[in-house]
Amino acid sequence: MEPTYAFDYSVIAWFLIGGVAFVGVTLGMSRLLQHRKPGRVKSEIYECGVEPVGPPWVQLKIGYYLYALLFVLFDVETAFLYPWAVTLDAMPLFVLAEMVVFLAILALGLAYAWKEGALQWR
Amino acid sequence: MSALGILGRFAAMLVLLLVNGVVLIYMLRKVLGRLHLRIGPNRVGPFGLLQTTNDVIKLLTKEDLRPDSADAWLFNIAPYLIFVPSFMAYIPLVFGPTLAVTNLDTGLLLAFALTSLVPLGVLMAGWSSNSKWSLIGGMRAAGLQIAYEVPLLLSALGPVMMAGSLDPARIVAAQSGVWLGFIPRWFVIPQILAFVVYAIASQAETQQTPFDMSEAESELITGFANEYGGMRFGFMYLAEFSNTFIVSAIGTMLFFGGWQLPWVATPAWLAPFVFIAKTYTGIFVMMWARGSLPRFRVDQMLSFCWKVLIPVSLAWVVVWACVQRLWPVVAMAVSR
Repeated sequence: MEPTYAFDYSVIAWFLIGGVAFVGVTLGMSRLLQHRKPGRVKSEIYECGVEPVGPPWVQLKIGYYLYALLFVLFDVETAFLYPWAVTLDAMPLFVLAEMVVFLAILALGLAYAWKEGALQWR
Repeated sequence: MSALGILGRFAAMLVLLLVNGVVLIYMLRKVLGRLHLRIGPNRVGPFGLLQTTNDVIKLLTKEDLRPDSADAWLFNIAPYLIFVPSFMAYIPLVFGPTLAVTNLDTGLLLAFALTSLVPLGVLMAGWSSNSKWSLIGGMRAAGLQIAYEVPLLLSALGPVMMAGSLDPARIVAAQSGVWLGFIPRWFVIPQILAFVVYAIASQAETQQTPFDMSEAESELITGFANEYGGMRFGFMYLAEFSNTFIVSAIGTMLFFGGWQLPWVATPAWLAPFVFIAKTYTGIFVMMWARGSLPRFRVDQMLSFCWKVLIPVSLAWVVVWACVQRLWPVVAMAVSR
């Protein structure tokens, strides 16, 4: 396993480069194949045939950002859980107890957000 | 691995992705058609088999418009950001005992990291289009897809704990053999709760119907992809089907023993077919759900995720960790 470690990961970079190249080449090919005839009405945004009123880049519901904050909290927590889960059997019991305490604190946070109505879509 | 080796693997995965796209689009139309008591495509070629091929040609030769008011730079790169991660997510898949793009110690984490980039591309596409429908679709995607990512990640922890590894090959290998002489050692049996959470969350992650808020056809037309046409749209559509394949394949590896047949040893040549067959069975079930269930409302979906799925999966992680870690200790104490 160990000697091939570095090389294994280089495949990711090659797939990234190759994937971008594939999309680029295909879009370029499509560009050559297609019949292009731009027009003023054609390049307007589509709102079911009605003329758009007002700019779409407006302030959005604050609720989205609240959920995004909660998401960051829990996603980071999950990232912590993965290495712990992998080594669960090899670690002393203390580590299990520690993670249970950590999760309990987070669950308390979720319960608090719940109580304060942050989980309610208004 | 030589340069040729990398090129070969790259080409093989690209072909698999494209074939998956063509087959899955045809399959979706046929399955949904049957579920809705329609026939589905049946005009182009025998049984309508050439329908998707024709659609690809149509998409390739279609003018891809960009609205004048759109943010050109973000609008152009959004399809890359949606498609490329979903293509890269083929790297950690394990097709057989010695058949995979590469062996990664952290392959599972890589797969989840890559699939979690999709909402970013969707949000980018929605915002840069400068259209109200697109923006609403993009924001919903940001709010909902990321929310369902948490239970998805938490539900995968059970199998990870059981296998003690993030390497998909080892997770699959840990599921060989039988329990009690006749139950295949598939993690779905002890982890049934985690699997249910995984199935629901992956349906939401791939924006399939009970949870397809970000494109909600009847309200937002096609949501975030509204202003996209031609091959740019084609790539987004392809990525969606590719993601469906990925989540089903990861589910197969985590819960259903990957490429292994139950009870009997799997010959190496049969392994990839077993893997693909299991994955397609998973996709069929997802399509079945898609054809049978009505769409949730945004608030129902969010509260279901935050108030049911996340607490349940968190509790399950704690319960399973205690069971797995304390079982040997208790067993030893009892036997003494």
